[in-house]
Amino acid sequence: MKKQTTSYKAKKRTVNILIHVLLAVLAVIWIFPITWVVMISFRAEKGSYTSSFLPKSFTLDNYKKLFTDTSILNFPKMFMNTLIIAIFVCIISTLFVLAVSYCMSRLRFKMRKKYMNIAMILGLFPGFMSMIAVYYILKAVGLSEGSMVRVALIMVYSAGSGLGFYIAKGFFDTIPKALDEAAFLDGATKFQVFTKVTIPLSKPIIVYTVLTSFLGPWLDFIFAKVICRANADYYTVAIGLWRMLEKEYIDNWYTCFAAGAVCISIPIAILFIYMQRYYVEGLTGAVKG
Amino acid sequence: MSNEVAEPKKKKSKKTAFDTPYTVKNAIQRGGMTTKLSMPVMGFGNLAHRQIAKGIIFLAVEVAYLWFMITRGIHCIAMLPSLGWLEQEEVWNEAKGIYEYTAGHNSIIILLYGVASIFITIGFVIMWRGTLKSAYKVECLAREGKHINSFKDDIADLFDGNLHRSLMTLPILGIVIFTILPLVFMILMAFTNYSKETSSEAAHLVLFDWVGLKNFGTALSTDNSIGQNFWSVLGWTIVWAIFATFTNYILGMILAMVINRKDTKAKGFWRFCFVLSVAVPQFVSLLIMRTMLQPEGAVNILLRNLGILEAGQSLPFFTKPIWARVTVIVINIWVGIPFTMLQTTGILKNIPAELYESAKVDGANAFVTFFKITLPYMLFVTTPYLITTFTGNINNFNIIYLLSGGGPTINPGDTAGKTDLLVTWLYKLTVDKQYYNIGAVIGILTFVVLAIISLVTYRNTGSYKNEEEFQ
Repeated sequence: MKKQTTSYKAKKRTVNILIHVLLAVLAVIWIFPITWVVMISFRAEKGSYTSSFLPKSFTLDNYKKLFTDTSILNFPKMFMNTLIIAIFVCIISTLFVLAVSYCMSRLRFKMRKKYMNIAMILGLFPGFMSMIAVYYILKAVGLSEGSMVRVALIMVYSAGSGLGFYIAKGFFDTIPKALDEAAFLDGATKFQVFTKVTIPLSKPIIVYTVLTSFLGPWLDFIFAKVICRANADYYTVAIGLWRMLEKEYIDNWYTCFAAGAVCISIPIAILFIYMQRYYVEGLTGAVKG
Repeated sequence: MSNEVAEPKKKKSKKTAFDTPYTVKNAIQRGGMTTKLSMPVMGFGNLAHRQIAKGIIFLAVEVAYLWFMITRGIHCIAMLPSLGWLEQEEVWNEAKGIYEYTAGHNSIIILLYGVASIFITIGFVIMWRGTLKSAYKVECLAREGKHINSFKDDIADLFDGNLHRSLMTLPILGIVIFTILPLVFMILMAFTNYSKETSSEAAHLVLFDWVGLKNFGTALSTDNSIGQNFWSVLGWTIVWAIFATFTNYILGMILAMVINRKDTKAKGFWRFCFVLSVAVPQFVSLLIMRTMLQPEGAVNILLRNLGILEAGQSLPFFTKPIWARVTVIVINIWVGIPFTMLQTTGILKNIPAELYESAKVDGANAFVTFFKITLPYMLFVTTPYLITTFTGNINNFNIIYLLSGGGPTINPGDTAGKTDLLVTWLYKLTVDKQYYNIGAVIGILTFVVLAIISLVTYRNTGSYKNEEEFQ
């Protein structure tokens, strides 16, 4: 009997060790590309691909070049473009998403079911199938040239946000209706309930919506590329980094690409890690929905 | 969504709750003089019953619409059937001694303005119905001697009973202009010959015509290059979507379970390692991956330095079809597993512990418990999520475009590479090749494929058939 328990314990221990080793190996695989790009961003050798895996010497010049060499690929300007666009998109999208989600969750009106079905059907079309048409529409109203490109991008990113109401609706659904009713008894209008009861209770989902809509312009690549076309002045960070790896730039910009990737990734990674619990909460809420 | 489908009774009672006597039909049949006059003159009924501001707004809308239709709209819609015929011409101007260009028709602009005019007309009809109902309502209220809302009351109502109107108007306007209008425009394009390919003298990029269903025939038949590409791309898209969805789903779930085991130490640290890789923006990590896997990229160099590969040799990650396909699936696992881990962790914790205990009592091992308890439970709870992931994968532009660019292309004449999905092919056809009509056809077919798959899977899943099983 005693022997049996020791062998059981030994077996358990080997399983434990195996699992931790496995996790360590997996963690290394997952972290490897990230450490690699950080390493490349400090590499002193010029050119793109080198014959040795580890850099021979390290430098900070790549970062300097990224922020000072504005003649061909103007990274600081791209950064500012993206920041301006992101701030506006963030404000408009958040308002849209919260308004639509609240209507879907709390208000009952004739078009509600229809709206939800239409939103589902629209979600099945390839997102950028209509991109060419969007470009023509923007061109027709004169938003495709010059500084209006920024306005165009802001509109494109935020206009469709009324379709992304599922997660926030799932969250609003979990707020007890009794609170609303108590407010109605006190003579509050629906708008007052929305702004004074629901919104103050929805901090997690507001943070989540603000962050996701703020991140959108930083992460999107397709729309920016189609709408900016050759307007290099209004490129966002995503297209800029992509351009650095194109044939004509890769020789000069390869290590700067790595530096740019690191610069962009650090703030976004911090935001993402901060927001992941809301992400999880929102999703489990929506699935239960 | 699921519980709303399964409650037809509730749905019916809901519908009756919105019924009012103030419908368009009633207004036309039973409305009095003021309502009847509101049909041609919008807002007349409201003006007659002293809702001055409301009536003026309605009237202004009508005037604006009529002005638009007379100056532009009628012309735009009338041009739609022909899509224009006038070619741009060079004319010798003798007075100035130069060639001048006469303005020709531009089909794409005609199509866009025509569709936009139709949208405006539909919007106007909706408005018209609204004003008629409003006129009828105010007439009824006046007849019954009830309170008639002043303009102030109406404004107040927009923040209370009609709150949905004030909150939804702008978002819906955004969706109509930037999603539905372009979508209709692209769908119509599938029935034209707007393409660089069909025209020998490239005239179809300015002037094009309706061609009916011809493009669908081209895309679906196998006797031309586009059609052959379509079937092979469709096949790969489905294979990709199945692999990409289920490898991520199952492996991610296993990872979450391994990390959540009672005996695993430093749970937070492991989770952090995996979350870090998805915290980096996706296009950045994908571009990093692409550069690392190039013939002269970091991975091949590392293998050469380690002596596994000889100098000058490299693994053909993106240059051979099978290699490229496996590579994109494997990288998708790298990208996707942490997401699945994050999303399933919470749900896994919700599985009732009794289920596991009774399985243990019955002597089930880890595999049996996983396939008999965990997986069925998870499938049941996460089916909607799985369907969205599946459709997301069919439309997964970023991974393919940023990693392999759809390549390698084997036949030089092909428009699609071996890892191209329908969406990346659609992108290439429209943006690079300017085969706009074929691109639109591919978009529509993608939608059809997605709609069929989602409907069939959704109807055959546990969460649709028997909701109560696990509750």
